[in-house]
Amino acid sequence: MTPSAYAPAPQRRFNVGERVRVKQADPPGHRRTPAYVRGKEGAIERVCGAFPNPEELAYGFDGEPKRVLYRVRFHQHHVWPGYEGAPHDVIELEIYEHWLEAA
Amino acid sequence: MTQEHAHPHPEDEGPPSEHEIMSRAMQELLEEKGLITGEQVRRRMELFEQEFPQRGSRVVAHAWTDPAFRKRLLEDGKAACAEWGLDLEADRLIAVENTPQVHNVVVCTLCSCYPRALLGMPPTWYKSENYRRRVVREPRAVLKEFGTVLPESVAIRVHDSNADMRYVVVPLRPAGTEGWTEEQLASILTRDTLVGVALPRA
Repeated sequence: MTPSAYAPAPQRRFNVGERVRVKQADPPGHRRTPAYVRGKEGAIERVCGAFPNPEELAYGFDGEPKRVLYRVRFHQHHVWPGYEGAPHDVIELEIYEHWLEAA
Repeated sequence: MTQEHAHPHPEDEGPPSEHEIMSRAMQELLEEKGLITGEQVRRRMELFEQEFPQRGSRVVAHAWTDPAFRKRLLEDGKAACAEWGLDLEADRLIAVENTPQVHNVVVCTLCSCYPRALLGMPPTWYKSENYRRRVVREPRAVLKEFGTVLPESVAIRVHDSNADMRYVVVPLRPAGTEGWTEEQLASILTRDTLVGVALPRA
């Protein structure tokens, strides 16, 4: 059977439900953290597993060490000032651990 | 949102793009080295266009009729598909379920990540800047343009597939489909319902 994408990442720093903030940073290069959530606060929705670091893979490196990938849930009103939808609308993104800090 | 004018006119195709030239050069090199054949490339394209687009509807229809499978699909999409005989290859899948309280919609704001092994190639609108920019910040307005209007009481949950996971929506099974076969159910689980911009209709 194909290995599950949800292999636990035992070395992880955050657990489901914990509050986190995406680092407010603007490093050059290939980044998978969209600018619109940088500096925003959310909660860990699930642990996706540990994967080769895409910021390294993009330049032909091996992506090691692997990084823990989390699914983080943000309230739309926190992400977009002036958001016009319902107060319970949310957006979820995949954020690598090195982009996250405890909130 | 409308599809782009799509039928080809041979006389106005223009020169091949840089990416097209690179792709052709890469294929020629790989063929010269004996690593792939033109037949294999053709077969992959055929799979993406003919077979893969059917898979998502079938697997979600199965989830509608088999609660235990549905539970496993929501827990670990890739493993559940593998167990059911569907190899998603490199795709790691998260299935997200619509409920009376939550509606899910999928986008990739950074490029056009899409569960290709489950839904085939992404439609033009999915890759458009218009959809990618707007559905994250005004999902209700974008859904309305697709004819999908949801009450304020339903939370919209947008999924940006910005990194390594791929997403498929498990829509609510509509009333009036009791006793339908999986094949009948699959017929209303269209691509757009599995991306979350439309709702299946009995």
